Amino acid sequence: MEIEDPRPVPEPVHLQMPPPESGLRPASFVKPDLPLTDPAVLTSPTMVQVERLNLFYGQKQALFDVDLKVARNSVMSFIGPSGCGKSTLLRCLNRMNDLIDDVRVEGRILLGDTDLYAPGTDVIALRKRAGMVFQKSNPFPKSIFENVAYGLRIQGESDRNVLAASVERSLKSAGLWEEVKDRLKDSAQGLSGGQQQRLCIARALAVRPEVILMDEPCSALDPIATARVEELILELKREFTIVIVTHNMQQAARVSDHTAFFWMGKLIETGLTEKMFTNPGHRMTEDYITGRFG
Amino acid sequence: MRQFDQELRDLRDGILAMAGLAEHMIDLTIQAIVERSRTKADEVMALDRNLDEWELRLDRLCIDLLALRSPAAGDLRLIASSLKIVPELERIGDHCCNIARRATYVHPPILSTGSLERLGQETRGMVRMAVDAFIGSDAGLARTVIKADDSVDALYGHIYRELLRLMMSDPLTIERASHLILVIKNWERIADQATNIAEEVLFILEGRSAKHAYLHEDSVE
Repeated sequence: MEIEDPRPVPEPVHLQMPPPESGLRPASFVKPDLPLTDPAVLTSPTMVQVERLNLFYGQKQALFDVDLKVARNSVMSFIGPSGCGKSTLLRCLNRMNDLIDDVRVEGRILLGDTDLYAPGTDVIALRKRAGMVFQKSNPFPKSIFENVAYGLRIQGESDRNVLAASVERSLKSAGLWEEVKDRLKDSAQGLSGGQQQRLCIARALAVRPEVILMDEPCSALDPIATARVEELILELKREFTIVIVTHNMQQAARVSDHTAFFWMGKLIETGLTEKMFTNPGHRMTEDYITGRFG
Repeated sequence: MRQFDQELRDLRDGILAMAGLAEHMIDLTIQAIVERSRTKADEVMALDRNLDEWELRLDRLCIDLLALRSPAAGDLRLIASSLKIVPELERIGDHCCNIARRATYVHPPILSTGSLERLGQETRGMVRMAVDAFIGSDAGLARTVIKADDSVDALYGHIYRELLRLMMSDPLTIERASHLILVIKNWERIADQATNIAEEVLFILEGRSAKHAYLHEDSVE
């Protein structure tokens, strides 16, 4: 029973809360910039564009209608189970598949404005623009200096000063300079596994590519060497566009801005890595990254 | 079943056990107030220790799962949200204690018939629905909980005004009304906790935050 009372009843305090005082804190406190995505990659122009790409090894089709864009100065990871086509696609990006017999490619891949598979494309020049780093480090049986200078020498560069400057710059970019600057004439074979892989990255950087393609670059490295390469990838992104194939989900999550998931030669889903690893749009992606696939 | 799946099941089961305990405490709290039962009030306060123990255990499990299993996607959302749901359930227990310890101070009744009990029952219903939404992965039910909070807030405001009127008209009611204001505030907070749980359920299921809907273009409404 409500008791009648002629006097006005004040509204409960909690229903009359004054608005929060404004101006007490700077705007940056009010709107924290929390998302992990590098905002630059959201507006970055396209560096690599794959359009309706189909690839056949003889009669067997390995890639099906792949459409994909890689933003300039970003890192994209290709993930997926073995045989899904991720390394095949990576090798298409500098026409490494040309080295395999009976490969047929349909569709288009643009590197900048260049159609990689257009008739008359200079494949050697193309591979200079898209350097490759492989799963197993493969230094030449030469000195550290000569390994890095090799690409420039075969391009015809012989000026000792130019070569020395390029080797130093590349080794610094690969985070190896301080470790090897006093033994550049030593054999590259004497370096540790992690150092050898960074040497291979330096060798790829020496010819100033636009894109660096990495095929499981850390799979043979210990966690410390892996961490160094991953830090290096994040630094190299400022100058280069990087595409990395990895079986290590956490590595894809740590280093890449975008992730593409492949299955049976098809691109199932691609998107911001942050989104792919917290809320993927496709059930198969979810199953794969949570280890429930198959 | 994979070891990790079993661990996630353990986490879910732990939250269900904790939620069941919280619901039991709510039932006892309602009875303690209605029946003016010191015994049931003491029982509520004794059960709070179990809830606290569950909180520590499930916190530990969540941290271990994050550290050892590197969860992603739906698994990550479940664990991250569990770290938020568990303290909500623990706070429900604290609010029940706050209400129960006033069980003997709010008699004889001064409120209109049933309004206090109704507040408790509506709040209890919200907690039940939030837990059911978690169990059944039911986004629709979670949204129902969020909407129901307005109803509990309205009932809280209504009782609050009624208590103000009572205190102004009869100073002898001031002591009981003061206790009752704290009682209804605690019920209203439990409803907020149920809402928070429902928001976490939506995050687990849909992968986007349902909190502070006014900040999103597409709100939960």
